[in-house]
Amino acid sequence: MITRREFLKTSLAGAAGAAISLAAIEMVDPGKVLAAAVQPEKNARWAFLIDSTKCVGCGLCVKACKLENGLPFEANISPTWVERYILTNGGELFADSPKAGRDGYTSKRVDLGMGKYQVVDKSDTKKAFFVPKLCNHCENPPCVQVCPVGATYRTPDGVVLVDKSWCIGCGYCIMACPYGARFIDPRTRTAGKCTFCYHRITKGLKTACVQACPFGARQFGNLNDPNDPVAKTIMTQRVVVLKDEYGTKPQAYYLGLSKEVR
Amino acid sequence: MVHGELWTLKELFVYPNEYIYWAIQIVMYPFMTGLVAGAFVLSSLYHVFGIKQLKDLAQFALVFSFALLGAAPMPLLFHLQQPERGFNVFLTPHFTSAIAAFGVVFFSYSALVASELWLLYRRHLVEMALKLRHRASKNVSDVFGMVLYNVLTLGSYDIDEEALHKDERAIKVLAAAGIPLALFLHGYAGFIFGSVKANALWMTPLMPVIFICSAIVSGIALCMLTYIVMMEFRKFMASRRRDTLLYRQTHPTVSRAEIGGVEIHVIRMTAKYLLFFLIIAISLEVLDLIFRGYTAVKSWDVLREVIYGKDFASIFILQYGLGNLVPFVLLVIPRLTVRRAILGTALILFGVFMMRWNVVIGGQAFSLSFAGFMHYDLPIIPVDIDTYREGLFGALTILAMPFALFAIFAKIFPVATPELGLSSRASDDRTIPSSVYQRS
Repeated sequence: MITRREFLKTSLAGAAGAAISLAAIEMVDPGKVLAAAVQPEKNARWAFLIDSTKCVGCGLCVKACKLENGLPFEANISPTWVERYILTNGGELFADSPKAGRDGYTSKRVDLGMGKYQVVDKSDTKKAFFVPKLCNHCENPPCVQVCPVGATYRTPDGVVLVDKSWCIGCGYCIMACPYGARFIDPRTRTAGKCTFCYHRITKGLKTACVQACPFGARQFGNLNDPNDPVAKTIMTQRVVVLKDEYGTKPQAYYLGLSKEVR
Repeated sequence: MVHGELWTLKELFVYPNEYIYWAIQIVMYPFMTGLVAGAFVLSSLYHVFGIKQLKDLAQFALVFSFALLGAAPMPLLFHLQQPERGFNVFLTPHFTSAIAAFGVVFFSYSALVASELWLLYRRHLVEMALKLRHRASKNVSDVFGMVLYNVLTLGSYDIDEEALHKDERAIKVLAAAGIPLALFLHGYAGFIFGSVKANALWMTPLMPVIFICSAIVSGIALCMLTYIVMMEFRKFMASRRRDTLLYRQTHPTVSRAEIGGVEIHVIRMTAKYLLFFLIIAISLEVLDLIFRGYTAVKSWDVLREVIYGKDFASIFILQYGLGNLVPFVLLVIPRLTVRRAILGTALILFGVFMMRWNVVIGGQAFSLSFAGFMHYDLPIIPVDIDTYREGLFGALTILAMPFALFAIFAKIFPVATPELGLSSRASDDRTIPSSVYQRS
């Protein structure tokens, strides 16, 4: 029969042996590994600037994004979208973003959901405007924090990406994002989102949506470059970010945002 | 069609990417882990705090907790879009995520329950192993049983008084250590929701505590209900057996009335603990509701519309009314009967399920824009794999799983029944339960 002393001795020896062999194993953070594998622009800190006063709601940015990123055109998800806000004389607020604003806002019909629509006449409109939106590539991204497997990560140049080969599709990141920027990519059945067109910006190109915007409502720049016009605007003009109260430190800055914007 | 689109109806202004991504399986997940934690706490009330009246249920609850534990991770697997990658959580746990702790918590808790179960049943395992080993002519099932029981003894055949006494002490330690672990297992499920700052309904530090209390309530209710069903079956069998004199002579057994006596005694005792935890759970939930209304932060306008408008029926009528108030009255009226207990515990289980539903689905009933709503349309008829696993039948599969596992486990670890004796210590006394002695 084994005595207590022997038992303790053997257990201690076993634990020590296990500890030594386990020490050889490094805890891998896939986010870090993946972030190290990308080739970021040297010293870049990418940021997005949206001048919502310039947006006409044509939806070309949404089209360009879907085409560039190969997302099914008819799928009701989109890395970027355009919202329409209409405030009536009576103070009632209408807002919609049918098909993510892809087809442009050519009608006065506001989509109320559940198959209902409301026509808001021009004479009844106090103010109306469009707001383009996309992933804010937050400096403190809640989506990265909650990923149980570390499949989503922030690159050194400030872009939040998803490793679709490691994502388990739990949807926790979608729940954690206060902006509704994430979705399940129907192609991979993993989390999908705006990548700031990382494949383009690391080659010195602009994002597809910026490229497609005919009015300069969408601009893209490097905050670490003092000569970058976008960086200059963000530093010197009165810009705001969306839902500041969540402490996410968004990197998509807005000019001309109204208090009605959700 | 993208994921979530099938069962989500959008009303007013909802962001384009918003759907009800966390559906029925995420309702099932905290419901199941809650049952695990609750069943374990019930068994610990006897082992740690020495509440003797719960002895009968304690052993049963532990085996049941183990069966529930086997089914607890299944809703998550059903929910994952990439279930075959579920193992990634163990390979690269990202510890800033509440879900990443799942592996650690789940396995340590499983190990603890398994150890406690082994110690509790060690004598039975050894006896069975030796009995089958020494049986002269063995058929296939005997050989299988022999191998199984011999493996389960883990090579320890020492069942003298001293060894068993040591086992008992170890059980007490494990049961005590298990309480915080069980609460952690479920508290962290509450943390998964409570820590989502983007969700106005979920985000409250009370969430883990509310989850724990309702978990204990549901665990006790399920154990009571299953126990009653089992005892009723025994009663039925006992009354049938009395028909044949020969059977009675060869299988001395307790009478129907005696089983019933034990049963109602246990139920009345357990119901008191159930009510105690129910009061705490409801108090916390109401506190949360009052606090939200009183502070009325930005999100309150839309929350109020969901709570008092869209979800009124499922929150106030189904959850609080039918699931809390009615069973509370049923159980609190003196001279509790078996029939009343069945109805009460079943309604309590329903109430806790509705609470999970109202948290998980209710938390997605409004848009992040605070200017729109989403309605959940549970897929009923499975037409493909998605409508099965995220639909009614997927949930029913999950619900059936612990009972199937329990049926298997109960074959190896016989649970407290009047015929077997009410604890493993008394398992050689195969005639009359010890508590029957105690009562008289």
